Amino acid sequence: MTSTKRISLYAVLIICTAIMMFPIFYAVSISFMDGKEVLDGQLLPSGFSLTNYVEVFEKVPLLTYLINSFATSAIVMIGQLLVSSLAAFAFVFMKFKGRDFVFFLFISTMMIPWEATMVPNFMTIQSLGWTNNYVGLTIPFFALAFGTFLLRQHFKTIPKELYEASQVAGISRFRFFWTVILPISRSSLVTLGIYSFLTNWNMYLWPLLVTNTESARTVQIGLKQLQTQEIASDWGVVMAGVVIVILPTLILLFAGQKKLQKGLTQGALK
Amino acid sequence: MNAARELQPVQTEEQQPRKSRFAFLEGWLYLLPSIILFSVFVFYPMFRTIYLSFFLADQIGPFEFAGLENYHYILRSDSFQSSIKATVLFVLFTVPATIILALFLALLTSEKIMGIGIFRTFFSSTMGMSVAASSVIWMFMYNPSIGVFSKIAEWLGLPVIQWLQNPDYALLAVSLSTIWMSTGFAYLILLGGLQNIDPHLYENARVAGVSYFYQLRRITLPMLSPTLFFIITVSFINAFQTFGQIDILTKGGPVESTNVIVYSIYKDAFINNDVGSASAQAVILFFCVLVLTVLQFKLGEKKVHYR
Repeated sequence: MTSTKRISLYAVLIICTAIMMFPIFYAVSISFMDGKEVLDGQLLPSGFSLTNYVEVFEKVPLLTYLINSFATSAIVMIGQLLVSSLAAFAFVFMKFKGRDFVFFLFISTMMIPWEATMVPNFMTIQSLGWTNNYVGLTIPFFALAFGTFLLRQHFKTIPKELYEASQVAGISRFRFFWTVILPISRSSLVTLGIYSFLTNWNMYLWPLLVTNTESARTVQIGLKQLQTQEIASDWGVVMAGVVIVILPTLILLFAGQKKLQKGLTQGALK
Repeated sequence: MNAARELQPVQTEEQQPRKSRFAFLEGWLYLLPSIILFSVFVFYPMFRTIYLSFFLADQIGPFEFAGLENYHYILRSDSFQSSIKATVLFVLFTVPATIILALFLALLTSEKIMGIGIFRTFFSSTMGMSVAASSVIWMFMYNPSIGVFSKIAEWLGLPVIQWLQNPDYALLAVSLSTIWMSTGFAYLILLGGLQNIDPHLYENARVAGVSYFYQLRRITLPMLSPTLFFIITVSFINAFQTFGQIDILTKGGPVESTNVIVYSIYKDAFINNDVGSASAQAVILFFCVLVLTVLQFKLGEKKVHYR
């Protein structure tokens, strides 16, 4: 590449970055401003005062929401990893009657949009008494066709001889799954884990339906609450809330971007 | 891999038949958690939704058989028609723009130059942004008195627009924020697709001395087409399922100009307590997504292997 080309490429990249990152930068900037600076429509804060960050924890029970979001995301992540890897293991290493039919069932779940089933799901959760707790927020998401396909893709690359050898040695299938397959599939599990944590941390509609107490809410619903009650008075506080909520997922994304990109493309296409 | 070596020596043929008898049950045992969960939270509620769509129902349950009455009712109602219009427009505003923007960024960053990693991270960052957080930020940017769009308009001497309060602009404003939110994911998928293209193809093209755009048209886009096809379908499906940004930015208004189908279902079921009508709309949503998914499987069959 010639140097003129290189310089113009960098220029385009920088312009694109400025546009794409502007909303995030703007939110961070506003979160450090006091009321007057916000109203003046400034782009940069005059200092880095943490007042808004302190205040947001007083205005809404943000700490409770953060704990709820962390807990439910972690539970769903572990649940999805377990349930998906068990299913993927059966699809790859076992031959039995009805397997293809079950595989078709898995595919068909991808054609049913979650939003089309939310009303009966809400009724189910309500009749089970699972509203306002972690069970209702997590259990419905444990089974994931996408996750199963992603892991199945990886399990298929594991040499069949390994499985045959374990059979011959009389090691139980479950022990083989637990002590051999899971450890060598670590990277795929991490990819799926990141994806599942991200998705569940960012979930909005379901927590909105099944939680209505402050002790059960997640951060996303907390943001809505913050925005509705603070909008007229203090944007700085609202943005401090936004920054706190996006920080964990942005860090996770920055750390796992390469893995995610590889894993998602594989799960999607191969 | 060490495990394989340790496991090699023992050879007992007799054990095999006994094992295979249990294999049937054991296989199902591994699938059981998924099957139960899918049954309870995917298949049952889907059938239940179809069932409820033929009844007059509230949140307690169905109370009177109505046949196709719900469908008749929604298809004739102005509210549902505006909802269909909003959904279709929203999809058309967001999907092509997202794909083109993501593809452009992916092409830019597929060049191997110094520091490209940081740009890749930046461009995929919106994938980590939740709908709620993004919507709150965009709501501020659209604020007619202090938001950045008004500041730019003022600065350029243009009239200040009430983006979210004006029925002519609200859907456009929501769409713009959605394009931003969905670009990160589409970008990540497309970048992955670009990096899977065999580099030898480009070396040959370089030897032949063809132009960049020729290369793009004859190598990159054809080789990327399965990925492109996948992300287009997924984006369509995602766009049909939009809810969060509508709930935070506009609540379906003004004058139902942003009342997309999922928001309309939500409103009917949980605010108007008309579960029958909500279910009928959900069935329509289901068929839209079904058609798109089947289309993906059929058209993408050759490239998308699930077996």
